Amino acid sequence: MAANPVPKLSRKDFVADQDVRWCPGCGDYSILANVQRVMPELGVPRENIVFISGIGCSSRFPYYMNTYGFHTIHGRAPAFATGVKAANPDLSVWVVTGDGDGLSIGGNHLLHAIRRNLDVQILLFNNRVYGLTKGQYSPTSELGMQTKSSPHGSIDHPIDPISFALGCGASFVARTIDVDAPHLQQVLRRAHQHKGTSFVEILQNCPVFNDGIFSEVEDRKTRFETALVLEHGKPLTFGSAGQLKGIVLDNGVPKVIDLRDEDDPVERGVVVHDESHQTRSYASALATLKRPDFPVPVGVIREVEKACYEDMLQDQVSHAIETNGPGNLNTLLHSGDTWEVS
Amino acid sequence: MITKSILKLDDVAIRFAGDSGDGMQLTGTKFTDETALAGNDLSTYPDFPAEIRAPAGTMAGVSGYQIHFASRDIHTPADRVDLLVAFNPAALRANVEDVRSQGMIIINSDAFTKKSLTRAGYSEDPRVDLATRYNLVEIPLTTLNREALHGLALTQREMDRCKNFFALGLLCWLYGRPMDATERWLSGKFKGDVFEGNLRTLNAGHAFGETTELFPTHYTIPSAKIEAGTYRNITGNIALAWGIVAAGEQMNNPVFLGAYPITPASEVLHEVARHRHFGVKTFQAEDEIAAASATIGAAFAGQLAVTISSGPGFILKQEAIGLGVMVELPLVAINVQRAGPATGSPTKTEQGDLLASIFGRHSQSPVPVLAPSTPGDCFHTVIEAFKMAVEFMTPVIVLSDGYLANSAEPWKIPDVESLGREPVVFATQDGDSKFKPYSRVPETLARPWAIPGTPGLEHRIGGLTKEDVTGNIVYGAENHQHMVDLRAEKIARIANSIPPAEVEGPDTGKLLVIGWGGTRGAIMAAVEECTENGQEVSQVHLRHLNPFPGNIGELLGRFESVLCPELNEGQLAMLLRARYLIDVQSFSKISGQPFKVGEIVDQIQKILNSKD
Repeated sequence: MAANPVPKLSRKDFVADQDVRWCPGCGDYSILANVQRVMPELGVPRENIVFISGIGCSSRFPYYMNTYGFHTIHGRAPAFATGVKAANPDLSVWVVTGDGDGLSIGGNHLLHAIRRNLDVQILLFNNRVYGLTKGQYSPTSELGMQTKSSPHGSIDHPIDPISFALGCGASFVARTIDVDAPHLQQVLRRAHQHKGTSFVEILQNCPVFNDGIFSEVEDRKTRFETALVLEHGKPLTFGSAGQLKGIVLDNGVPKVIDLRDEDDPVERGVVVHDESHQTRSYASALATLKRPDFPVPVGVIREVEKACYEDMLQDQVSHAIETNGPGNLNTLLHSGDTWEVS
Repeated sequence: MITKSILKLDDVAIRFAGDSGDGMQLTGTKFTDETALAGNDLSTYPDFPAEIRAPAGTMAGVSGYQIHFASRDIHTPADRVDLLVAFNPAALRANVEDVRSQGMIIINSDAFTKKSLTRAGYSEDPRVDLATRYNLVEIPLTTLNREALHGLALTQREMDRCKNFFALGLLCWLYGRPMDATERWLSGKFKGDVFEGNLRTLNAGHAFGETTELFPTHYTIPSAKIEAGTYRNITGNIALAWGIVAAGEQMNNPVFLGAYPITPASEVLHEVARHRHFGVKTFQAEDEIAAASATIGAAFAGQLAVTISSGPGFILKQEAIGLGVMVELPLVAINVQRAGPATGSPTKTEQGDLLASIFGRHSQSPVPVLAPSTPGDCFHTVIEAFKMAVEFMTPVIVLSDGYLANSAEPWKIPDVESLGREPVVFATQDGDSKFKPYSRVPETLARPWAIPGTPGLEHRIGGLTKEDVTGNIVYGAENHQHMVDLRAEKIARIANSIPPAEVEGPDTGKLLVIGWGGTRGAIMAAVEECTENGQEVSQVHLRHLNPFPGNIGELLGRFESVLCPELNEGQLAMLLRARYLIDVQSFSKISGQPFKVGEIVDQIQKILNSKD
């Protein structure tokens, strides 16, 4: 098929004509704006882009994108996306989900979409609370969080989205922050470039029900010491000049060390970030880094090659046609034992 | 050489019964193939336990395969059998009540040990008593089989696994069946001594029949006079699978099948998965919900899409089907109904999901519902469902059942051209006008099928209440009422495009028997029996359960009484009574077993006698 030149598009070409109905100050606004900004850079014709969501605040996302979109049912977006991508592998498919939609009611579908490794992007907006149902604790809420449904404190141990995705065998795992526009855009580009399921956790503020939960990393003034910005081939360092720190692995367990300005971090044993480790152990160790003892890793945590479901499915179809010839209905109906009645 | 007499019969029913590991289903299937090739009409009824290998020799593990064959047109597997082959005491005990008085029972006498009698629940050996009421033929099947296989490099266990073919050979001799198809099957399936062993014992069984003094007579059943054409055997599940493949071919859009394994529907997934060279894509999902969801995703992306399950799994799909109703995308959802509720009896049949199919989603969520009435009809019903789904842009539910799924009948292979070609047409950009995803075809009220990848038609759909024409999210009261009414009207209008229901028998009169789905054969046989006895009975069998054909109300009103036999507690009867205010009498049976003809005949008699 001759490729038609993709007309030059801009951010406004991706803005739908619907009124956006998130609460004022919601982190989703920033994510939407950055997604709309990145879309024209991807070189994908607008008609080939599909946004698919489940239910929840984040899942309103497709209505605001001037692409194809499908707002489905609670938790099932990864399953819908699987059908879309399997049916038409040429489409650029983006799943938008949240911590409740993706990890609670839809945990099973998220697991299986990731392990099948369809070439789709899954953006999980994590605000650690249920927003649309008005403030109950979510599967990523901290133990003890007091909400309307947990007046005595949540007694659910939280799940970490990154560890979950790694456990499912994700071929691409990244984390970014709603208000850090350059970083968010860079991660979205990388997610799109990756062939396979790209799982992106986006830390997102809910100003109504969980305000300030990520303020340390959202605030530029504190981000340099609370976030660990991952870059492939670079040592895991954070903090500012004079107060630089690094992450070392001590018997496989991450530990923070202080660095002097003149130190070579690598010589001091600081781990050099490598996204492409085939084993998950390094990425899993990174995923354990949490505030307040550690900075929060942001960026691409893991990217490895892995065969995609839709390609293997298409290969099976092609191989069957090569081997048997294209299907012939008459031949099928007359296969096996038949007899004539005259 | 013993001279044996040959007796001509017009109608025979036999049943093979043994442990679920004894190969009864295989034996029955092979006998069925040979019977079809002999030119008889036939109907089969496999009845097996849900357990893969229940404890050997127990009642729980008994597997049976019944076949009814005749020189005339028949519709059911028969109420009673003329011959039972019982491989062990449990198989005898579980099936003996279904043998007609003075019928023949062949037992494997080697299996009648004290231990196996106890395991079957017999406190004393039943043979003496049975011999007075039946023609009991004792054959040491295990011993004869081992003797036939002497010298082959097979373990005793491997040898014993062949004994079902000894019985098959014997029955082929007894009823004058050929054995060529079985021999062909064996040569394709096995090699070396396993092939040799099965073939040898098949022939040994046949030769045993010829030489033993146990059978002074054997039988011939002339071929049936049926419509000219090329025939094959088909079960409902295979017909569903081929219907799915055929729909893709005829509509020029290979099908996507999303499913999760469940008895008795899995076989459809297995069969469709074999035919990737038709371009079909099968997806074994992580659960029933994902299967339905992925199916709708594929439909959104522009593939003919179908999901299949059985009762408990089907119910899990209902939320997704409700979304399908809301977004008005074409998809087919097949439910091979089984006995419930809950896990129920997975391998047993029932028609319990009619009301759930029509009303089982939350709120007002209208969906067309179709039901095939014979195994072969499953093929045509699926194709009709796909065409309806695309023409009206709606999910369509197809209700098969466990009986249709596994039963076989001779099927006249349709001419592919006669199936009609209706290539799918997608929406394309119309000038510069803004695309309206919920604009409608005036006659059908169908909205356009606009698929991702089409320039200029970018649009969003979803489960939220939307405005007609634009598809914009709107919560207004008037709009909500309008959309509810519109979706109802769209499905109701399908009645204009389906054929009127046809009465078999007198157009008007004392009694109409109305049914739906897999009970057609039993009802038809009962009505025919009563008609032959000079009684005035008519029959209507519904394929379209929602909406009903337009003439149903008027048609029901032409009869003094209406009887509705169903394998549920009267679900169709309830719908007919509510819709048409007619005193439909329900005849309900929910035992996991299909109707016996005699049961329906009795009901017909009861109604007719009350009028005299």
